[in-house]
Amino acid sequence: MIAVVQFGGSNCDRDAVRALEDLGFEAERVWHEDPLPDEATGIMLPGGFSYGDYLRGGAMAARSPVMNAVRDAIEEGLPVLGVCNGAQVGCEAGLTPGAFTTNASARFQCEHVYLRVENADTRWTRAYDEGEVIELPIAHGEGRFEIDDDGYEALESEDRILFRYCDEDGNVTDDANPNGSRGNVAGILGDTESVAVLMPHPERASLPELGNTDGRGVLSGFED
Amino acid sequence: MTTYTATVTVRLKRGVLDPEAETTKRALERLGFELEALRFTERYEVDLDAADADAAAERADEMAERLLANPTIHDYEVEVAEA
Repeated sequence: MIAVVQFGGSNCDRDAVRALEDLGFEAERVWHEDPLPDEATGIMLPGGFSYGDYLRGGAMAARSPVMNAVRDAIEEGLPVLGVCNGAQVGCEAGLTPGAFTTNASARFQCEHVYLRVENADTRWTRAYDEGEVIELPIAHGEGRFEIDDDGYEALESEDRILFRYCDEDGNVTDDANPNGSRGNVAGILGDTESVAVLMPHPERASLPELGNTDGRGVLSGFED
Repeated sequence: MTTYTATVTVRLKRGVLDPEAETTKRALERLGFELEALRFTERYEVDLDAADADAAAERADEMAERLLANPTIHDYEVEVAEA
């Protein structure tokens, strides 16, 4: 069962459950003040505006007690995926390096973007080929990935960048970078391959009736 | 114990893009002001009881370290005065 942690202000939790169920997973929303169910085999931190984005996106949720349980689960090897606000929570909690901060445009951006798969040798990307271009929606005001030089070099040398924003043909350019992210980075791995965060929304591109199922591969990463 | 006010100032590290400050600068220019640059800081005033100023500063420092600032993008400073 995949536990989708619901904070006050989460708003993609239902979408995540529905998309995961369509992929054949059992999935359940878990309120952040409740314990994580023992039968959880994976954890998703969904999108939204937890705690109204007070201080910084994800800052409050990252310090809530449920995150200690999430850390314990990571220790046990459970896969953890943070999407959008969940990605901000992941970075604020130190599960993944760097920070997602105000878009270079200083605007909230809700649009479709193209992503190039940088590393297809992870559970979250094995459904794709390296270099493949997929299309996913974004909806964020604080999605610009920032990290210092050493951190960025480490991500590159350790092959922990999952996706970069690109154009339709897979070219990673400034024009194709919707929010000014360093290196066009859209998604990364944590210290282990079982932990990943990304700003685009795979759960919004996973149901056939929505016309785009490019996100299914990411969510299928919860399979062993 | 003495009551102190610890002022924690959080600002973006030099070199980190600040889109809100850029937007504010452009708005000031539209109003006819001339300016070279504009930086944006957040300032927290924390009232707390501590044995001495050093202890108050130490606690405020930890608050900044653990929540008020994000070390990836922020620098911060702490000043303490008797309330």
